[in-house]
Amino acid sequence: MASERVLRARPIDAPFALTQTQSNTQRIYCLNEQAEQQGLRKGMGFSDARALCPDLQTGLANPREDTRFIQTLARWTGRYCPWVGVDEDGLVLDVTGSTHLWGGEAGMLDDLHARLDRAGLTHKAGMADTRGAAWALARFGGGVAAEGEMLQHLGPLSVAALRISDEVCNALQRLGVRSIQDLVALPRVTVSRRFGPDLLLRLDQALGEHPEPVSPQADPVNFAVRMTLPEPIGLAGDVSAGLERLLERLCLTLTDQQMGARRLEFTARRVDQASSQIEVCLARPMRDPIRIAALFARGIEGLDAGYGIDQIRVEAVEVETLPLRQATHHGAQEGDSLADLITRIGNRIGLESITRCLPADSHIPEKSFTVSLAAYSQPAAQGAWPSTGPRPVYIFPPESIAGYAPEPPRRFHWRRMSFVTARAVGPERIAPEWWLDDPAWRSGLRDYWRIYTREGRRLWLFFTPQNPGWFVQGEFA
Amino acid sequence: MFENNQHLRIKRAHEVCGPAARSFALIACGAQKGAVIWISERKNPEQLFPAGVARFCDPARIIFANAKSSIDVLWSAEEALRSGAASIVVAEVEKPMSLTAGRRLQLAAEAGKTLGLFLIPEGMGSNAAETRWRCSPQFDAKDSTLLYWQLIKNKSGTLGGWVVRWDEQARRVIVVSKVGERAGSARAPD
Repeated sequence: MASERVLRARPIDAPFALTQTQSNTQRIYCLNEQAEQQGLRKGMGFSDARALCPDLQTGLANPREDTRFIQTLARWTGRYCPWVGVDEDGLVLDVTGSTHLWGGEAGMLDDLHARLDRAGLTHKAGMADTRGAAWALARFGGGVAAEGEMLQHLGPLSVAALRISDEVCNALQRLGVRSIQDLVALPRVTVSRRFGPDLLLRLDQALGEHPEPVSPQADPVNFAVRMTLPEPIGLAGDVSAGLERLLERLCLTLTDQQMGARRLEFTARRVDQASSQIEVCLARPMRDPIRIAALFARGIEGLDAGYGIDQIRVEAVEVETLPLRQATHHGAQEGDSLADLITRIGNRIGLESITRCLPADSHIPEKSFTVSLAAYSQPAAQGAWPSTGPRPVYIFPPESIAGYAPEPPRRFHWRRMSFVTARAVGPERIAPEWWLDDPAWRSGLRDYWRIYTREGRRLWLFFTPQNPGWFVQGEFA
Repeated sequence: MFENNQHLRIKRAHEVCGPAARSFALIACGAQKGAVIWISERKNPEQLFPAGVARFCDPARIIFANAKSSIDVLWSAEEALRSGAASIVVAEVEKPMSLTAGRRLQLAAEAGKTLGLFLIPEGMGSNAAETRWRCSPQFDAKDSTLLYWQLIKNKSGTLGGWVVRWDEQARRVIVVSKVGERAGSARAPD
């Protein structure tokens, strides 16, 4: 199946295999029919396969994509019946009550075969009264087992068709029990004493003595609501009233799923088919309709209604889990108003412009903190800041001043001001991180000085001994 | 000095100028509890340095907003003041503030019960400010933390000037001397 998925996108008429790295060796994960004819098989080492078949073409296996493909297929088979489940390596459909729509069971299978053939997928299908029997037929024969003729269809099949483990299967074969009818002929007591209850359970499931339901795939939840209006609207108040109703419904869905919206999109479709959108990014997952509606207020003011809006839609584009919390007597949770504020400012200047500083593990002053988005991070714990020597209150990119001597300059000019050094404390030598090539630190070592000027300003200067020069980088007050 | 909000009343917008305006704002932040919103323009290359900020106030409390333009700085400041989510809002303003802007910010601070501090270039404040301070570091051969804080506008009180020292252990401001009490200095206007 996996190789066919790749071949659908890139048809190749030659031996083809997908390889996967398993414990440091590349092994064949899935291969096509032509490769099988060359004597290759699944699980073979890739180099062996290349030796056997020099013109083998390969690709890398991608199990995640395969799973997605199966899911897509499962959704597609919803055309036959609503009750579709995913087995380990196939799909299982409960078609009870829907076969007559396809002209009977055989008709449905024919249609399925025809469509899958056209899609270029090798497949096998079986249909029977029970899930176990259908499984057996799909893999060991195919076709339809009509009602009441189960044993006739299943009887000649090998015992391996009963979904039993290889050891049990081998043991049965060794005893001469090769087909299912041989097994049915044996007394149940001795079988269960010899092989445990599992074998009989599988047999009963296949023959319908024991029920085995199909658990269908849950429908993915859609976090979007819309409203079509009988008469177009144009007033901002009307739009927000509509939005509030939509948000109420959306938030109910979010509450059911224990989710919170992180990014919301509001689409207003106008009478002339044009549509305008408002996007709101939230600083924390939220599902409170009133608070969310307030965040849309600014966007709705600027909405162009044209000849009127006749459909509005709200979608939670990004959601995050937000577990239910017990209500407390102080109402809103701590920090909610701050998150709202971050959201509101962030929707004007950009949520990525609202940051906070977190301590970082580096002795380079510029790298001793990282700037992270306030909406996606938690503040650092108190005392998480490393204690270093005295550090300036603010810094800026180094600004060069005149001077080449290693001693601090007695007088210097900086930003068109002249200063007289009254006291210099230092040097504190900071070496660049040799494992990182930082262009700002190309000039090598830095000797940092605290310069107290007679004018009052307290500056952070550094001297670069390897490329003599003086720079101002920060101020202490 | 800030303990009883005698000079820096909350629910008001104040202006600070001079080279030591940032440390003045940080000391004010340290005296308050709660979150701090620090708004500045994106193009400003000067940025607060957390290791140095930690002397005055816990850097984890500060949330930085880097606005695109000077209008956005004022807009964000008004939103932040009005919401009341942060206990103190500091905005670095680089253009002259009009009376209308100053008045709006004053009203926002009153509505949100928040303290607003606007760091302005010399002489670019608005008449609506409650107080205006000029802060500069002062050289002293013995003490390297002296600051000279001058109150140059006050709507509801007298002007004054103080030489203060930041006590890192006690985390509070210690007034060294009131200007005018010091020998040989000019009298501060009363």
